[in-house]
Amino acid sequence: MLLAGILFALGLAGLLVRRNLIFTLMSIEVMLNAAGLGFIVAGSRWAQPDGQVMFIFILATAAAEVSVGLALLLQLYHQDKSLDADAASRMRG
Amino acid sequence: MNAIFYVAAVIAILATVMVITRLVAVHALLYLIVSLLAVAVIFYTLGAPFIAALEVIIYAGAIMVLFVFVVMMLNLGAKTNETERTWLRPGMWTGPCALAAVLIAEVAYILFQGGPIVQVGGAEEPKQVAIALFGPYLIGVELASMLLLGALVGAYHLSARKRERLETQNVIDSDGTRNASGGDLVRPGAGRPSRAA
Repeated sequence: MLLAGILFALGLAGLLVRRNLIFTLMSIEVMLNAAGLGFIVAGSRWAQPDGQVMFIFILATAAAEVSVGLALLLQLYHQDKSLDADAASRMRG
Repeated sequence: MNAIFYVAAVIAILATVMVITRLVAVHALLYLIVSLLAVAVIFYTLGAPFIAALEVIIYAGAIMVLFVFVVMMLNLGAKTNETERTWLRPGMWTGPCALAAVLIAEVAYILFQGGPIVQVGGAEEPKQVAIALFGPYLIGVELASMLLLGALVGAYHLSARKRERLETQNVIDSDGTRNASGGDLVRPGAGRPSRAA
């Protein structure tokens, strides 16, 4: 559980520190992974299969999120020629 | 088993720190893969080998391949050659390779130790997981499938939107030229009373 917490904190720090959108997506991956690790640890602690079920759901969510996120990233790159998150703060079509 | 868990945990934390401090995206991806593999080893020691396999296949396989494809598509610039030369300098791959070698040693130790491992908590067979997944969590499975379908359609729409936007741009342009040339086209919203009035 402590490891899951540390990994989540690292992902959050990466999300806050880095401005590159690819690194933002990677940090989100790390955070989702840490949350799944927490579920697995809890499910193993109480000997319930629910934790692994939740991890499968988290896996599906991460796959969906990263596909949409990368499509958005490509779109932004074609539009702005940069991956800076601040360049995308103007969100009017 | 505890020692293996702690070594894998230290590797995961180190690799994650390296992920968020790298400057080049591909290096960060390498460290991220190592981190995911370390977490997979942790899952194996926690008594969830099925989840460990899923982690390796889906996270370190599919999602990382998506990231690598996008990084490849984004770096098609004029200065690709210099950046590639700087990326390929020897020594960049030693860090992830060292961490991954430690992980391989751990897995080999587990395998040569033989037999089903004794985990910290209780053992959940994949059969129990499947029964729970398709029993009380059936609605969750359906929702996940809907979410994946939505993500598929959304990703397709987002990546195909550029051509569509160009088409609307053309339509607007042709409208503008027609209006400028004194055409008798009714402008959209021209018959409506103005809101400011």
